[in-house]
Amino acid sequence: MLKILKLAVRNLTRYWRRTLLTAGLIILGVVAVLLFVSVSGSFKGLIVGQITDSMLGHVQVHRKGYVASIDNLPLNLNMKPGAVARVEQALKDMGDVVAWSPRLKFGAMFSNFTETTSIRLNGVLPKREAAAMPMLPGRLLQGGGNGLVERGKLLIPEILAKGMKINIGDTVVLVATNLDGSVNGKTFTVQGVLGDVTGPGGRDGYLHLDDARELLRLTEAEVSEIAVRLKGLDQLPSAKAQLARALAEIRNPQGQPALEVHGWDQLSPFANIARMIDLLDLFIRVMLVSIVLIAVMNVMMMAVYERIREIGAISAIGTPPRRILGLFLAEGLLLGLVGTAIGTALSLGIIYALNLWPVHFSFGRQQDLVLVPTIATADVLLIGVIVLLVAVTASLQPAWKAARMDPITALRHV
Amino acid sequence: MSAVVTARSLEKTYEAGDVTVPALRGVDFEINAGAFVAFVGPSGSGKSTLLNMIGGLDKPSAGTLTVLDTDIAGLDRRAAADFRGANLGFIFQDFNLIPVLSAYENIEYPLLMVQDWPADKRRARVTELLAAVGMGDQAGKRPDQLSGGQKQRVAVARALATNARLVLADEPTANLDHDTAYRILELMKKMRDDFGTTFIFSTHDPKIMGEAEVVFSLEDGRLVNSGGKHA
Repeated sequence: MLKILKLAVRNLTRYWRRTLLTAGLIILGVVAVLLFVSVSGSFKGLIVGQITDSMLGHVQVHRKGYVASIDNLPLNLNMKPGAVARVEQALKDMGDVVAWSPRLKFGAMFSNFTETTSIRLNGVLPKREAAAMPMLPGRLLQGGGNGLVERGKLLIPEILAKGMKINIGDTVVLVATNLDGSVNGKTFTVQGVLGDVTGPGGRDGYLHLDDARELLRLTEAEVSEIAVRLKGLDQLPSAKAQLARALAEIRNPQGQPALEVHGWDQLSPFANIARMIDLLDLFIRVMLVSIVLIAVMNVMMMAVYERIREIGAISAIGTPPRRILGLFLAEGLLLGLVGTAIGTALSLGIIYALNLWPVHFSFGRQQDLVLVPTIATADVLLIGVIVLLVAVTASLQPAWKAARMDPITALRHV
Repeated sequence: MSAVVTARSLEKTYEAGDVTVPALRGVDFEINAGAFVAFVGPSGSGKSTLLNMIGGLDKPSAGTLTVLDTDIAGLDRRAAADFRGANLGFIFQDFNLIPVLSAYENIEYPLLMVQDWPADKRRARVTELLAAVGMGDQAGKRPDQLSGGQKQRVAVARALATNARLVLADEPTANLDHDTAYRILELMKKMRDDFGTTFIFSTHDPKIMGEAEVVFSLEDGRLVNSGGKHA
């Protein structure tokens, strides 16, 4: 094998420029794919992380039908304490669950005594919410204090604070329609201002769960949703399925499942963007395969055509056809190997440089996001293996042709 | 003396569309071990066809051809390649050296890629042959740095590298000037004397054919002079 590789190296040096051009194309393809996978993956991870770690969690549990009418934040579709307890028991039994946070979501009128507007609110248990949404405290642009949100206090979105010129410590009024249609109002102090993030819930306000229940005059400890944080995104499909199975036993009076489980990707429109990124990722990989296939096949076909008499001579002196096949396959393999090695080294260098000098960008209303691209070893290996396989596959037809060549015909070739 | 090549009623025809073209028409001959043989005749007389069949590169249409006690026509493609690699050496009109390899490496090629010789034996054999063909001081040069005569010397050494018992040379001097051609034939004779190898070559050059010890003349696929001897 080594002697074939050595001879293949020598053969590749016959036409330096052509070899360099072909290797250059492969290098370009590998760099393009690795950088795209790295940057797009990091962008996706960054945005998905923002969404799951500061708003949605990885999985949410609702009463059946709630998500379909979530724009209205219907109080009549809250989960009752019995159902909540069973959900919490199921979550306790799951190894992949890190934390969960019960929420009471509702719409209200928000007033600073001179202006009034509407606001979407989440009543939360501060410690539970901070555990389930670890990036939520990081969204606090101003204020803060003891815990995420204290009793009698309110976190409001930046857009509201700016629009109504509300400062930390200001007193505001929330007026909410209760389940029975009556209206109740309560004053709060603004404890903090939250930065907006893209997606549902990105401009919600937060208050203590007990304050929310008081405002809504709820007599039972009911909640609108339970947001669940898993150990990682990779566990989402299995955890969701496991939770759905566990909750399937909870039935409504009609005998239908009373609860439903959704992953973040079913709740956020960004999931479509993420799917588009995955599609682009696939597309650019197909482009790489095409580049390598065409470049290597072209150069190997040329190599066979130019060396027909030589193939005839080595065949005549007794070189076994398998060795002639191996020789041309080795040339294709080496082209792929050189392209992959240099392309990977260049890509890793660029990724390293992008970590040293990170790129700052905006997405939606989110300003100054920092792109820190990374790439998994598995992705590097997979792309390397794809390139090598394609390079060898592209050499197969020319190599086979060379190995099967009739020596007399080849020697007569002009 | 034992026969290295025996041909009986050897025929070869080619199909060109609906037309059948006879290349050899009932050829009989015998070549003994250690002979220095020339097949001579004008272009199209069947010399190359005959050498190709002796070399297992082509098959006869009729008759029998025994090379080194092997029915060469009965070998399939792979067996014929193995047979050539084990027993035969080839010298080509256009030298057909591998351009990216040095003279040394070209001679080493069949030992490495055809017969898998170990490195130390390869080194000894190549060094011996380089000296034998007078190319010891040109070992590192590539074919494009060698003259036509030097290339053919390397080709002779390559043909002998695997201790071939029979070397076939199709018009080995056609691309060389007369002086160089004579020197190559002298070299081939010397190699025959030194290594006991049988040499069969083809030529259409009347001056060159005089160098052969046994001459078979071909015309229109027939032997018109069976094994005439030269001094």
